[in-house]
Amino acid sequence: MLNSSIQVKGLQKSYKELHVLNGVDFEVEKGSVFALLGSNGAGKTTIVKILTTLLKQDGGTAAVNGFDVAAKPDDVRQSISLTGQFAAVDEILTGRENLIMIAKLRHLKNPHQIADDLLDRLSLTDAADRSVSTYSGGMRRRLDIAMSLIGNPQVIFLDEPTTGLDPEGRIEIWKIVQELANNGATVFLTTQYLEEAEQLADRIAILHEGKIIANGTLADLKKLFPPAKVEYVEKQPTLEEIFLAIIGKKEIKQQ
Amino acid sequence: MTTHYFNDIGVMLGRSMRHIFRSMDTIITVTIMPIMFMLLFVYVFGGAIQTGTDNYVNYLLPGILLMAISSGIAYTSYRLFMDMQRGIFERFHSMPMARSAPLWGHVLTSLVSNAISVLVIILVALIMGFRSSAGILSWLAVASILALFTLALTWIAVIAGLSAKSVDGAGAFAYPLIFLPFISSAFVPTETMPSFVRAFAENQPVTSIVDAIRALLSNQPVGNDIWIALAWCVGIMLVAYIFAMRVYKKRA
Repeated sequence: MLNSSIQVKGLQKSYKELHVLNGVDFEVEKGSVFALLGSNGAGKTTIVKILTTLLKQDGGTAAVNGFDVAAKPDDVRQSISLTGQFAAVDEILTGRENLIMIAKLRHLKNPHQIADDLLDRLSLTDAADRSVSTYSGGMRRRLDIAMSLIGNPQVIFLDEPTTGLDPEGRIEIWKIVQELANNGATVFLTTQYLEEAEQLADRIAILHEGKIIANGTLADLKKLFPPAKVEYVEKQPTLEEIFLAIIGKKEIKQQ
Repeated sequence: MTTHYFNDIGVMLGRSMRHIFRSMDTIITVTIMPIMFMLLFVYVFGGAIQTGTDNYVNYLLPGILLMAISSGIAYTSYRLFMDMQRGIFERFHSMPMARSAPLWGHVLTSLVSNAISVLVIILVALIMGFRSSAGILSWLAVASILALFTLALTWIAVIAGLSAKSVDGAGAFAYPLIFLPFISSAFVPTETMPSFVRAFAENQPVTSIVDAIRALLSNQPVGNDIWIALAWCVGIMLVAYIFAMRVYKKRA
């Protein structure tokens, strides 16, 4: 596939006795949103760490934006950004200072202007000059993602971007991911929730026991699911639905 | 990428200096204990200690400064540990920046913040009657020895911060270092100690460093002490640096 942003072939990784990845293969098309779905401990974060040059694989190859992650880590780092599983923001600095710091480390011109634009884009302007330790979980995540957008990386890695967020926070992040995809970036995200993959991804791969056991569009995957049965079930609204009904943000869910 | 090396280290230094200035307690905690010891030893025990000088503050100050630095470097460990824990190192390492810049940022911060602590303590000592006849060159020599001592201990702190499993563990290694001056010539002349304690006291790094600084500040000939002091500082620094870099490559 000429048009692929990420190519992974036969990826292997073990921690001592534990084989986490047993020959993982997949490709991600340029400009698409790719979701890696798997339960806790399936090895999703290990794949993200290898693709973002934080960890070396034991076997197989991986290339991001055309650069081999083991042979050309510097070129890979130029092309990507990572939003890890725990919001990697500086708690003591303000939101604005966090953004300026990253812009300076990426050696960009006008770090102040870049910070202002991103604060505005992710609705953090009001909290810009407050210490991050006063931010809510959702705001931290937004700042985390804002820091990842500095320098317009071509490939954006989001490792479980909504884990630990309340429903409102989760929907905000979904909106941001959709915007990123519309702007042409390739988004690689991991999640434990099928629903999230459904909402966001062009293609979904399922990682199980160190291998990709399914990979395709939602329609492809649905063919693999057990046939639908018609059953009558009295459905209680979930706490999330009640919550959303009350705060009146239902329109986003119905998209 | 090397062209950006100093820029990256500068940004990292700016970041952790902000941390220090926003929580002044790190400077206050680091300076208050040595100042308390200084008050205690000068105004309570000092009258009973025979050092052969009439100004006990002058005698005491070098050891107090080393004590302050030993407790100051525990914060370097702590800050490094927090950075590892919170995942911000992962962010830096997945970015196109100099790989060792985050580490050097912490090391430089340690130098700057310990220099501030040392200045504060010298000011308090001046109020308590510390006087020095040393010229500018001697003061520069004192500053260099203290800087080397800080660097040597900072690299030990880096090893502790990178390999600690808990916040408490990250700082615990500093306690023996803080108390090393007690078994040295920092508070009392070693001649008064029983022979085996005296043997340890006279051959551990603090004694030669304290003696060298004391001689420089009082315009006395420094003799061999300054070379032994420098050898200790540079030796510890190099060994700790090599191990610290090894741990850094492996863990971060």
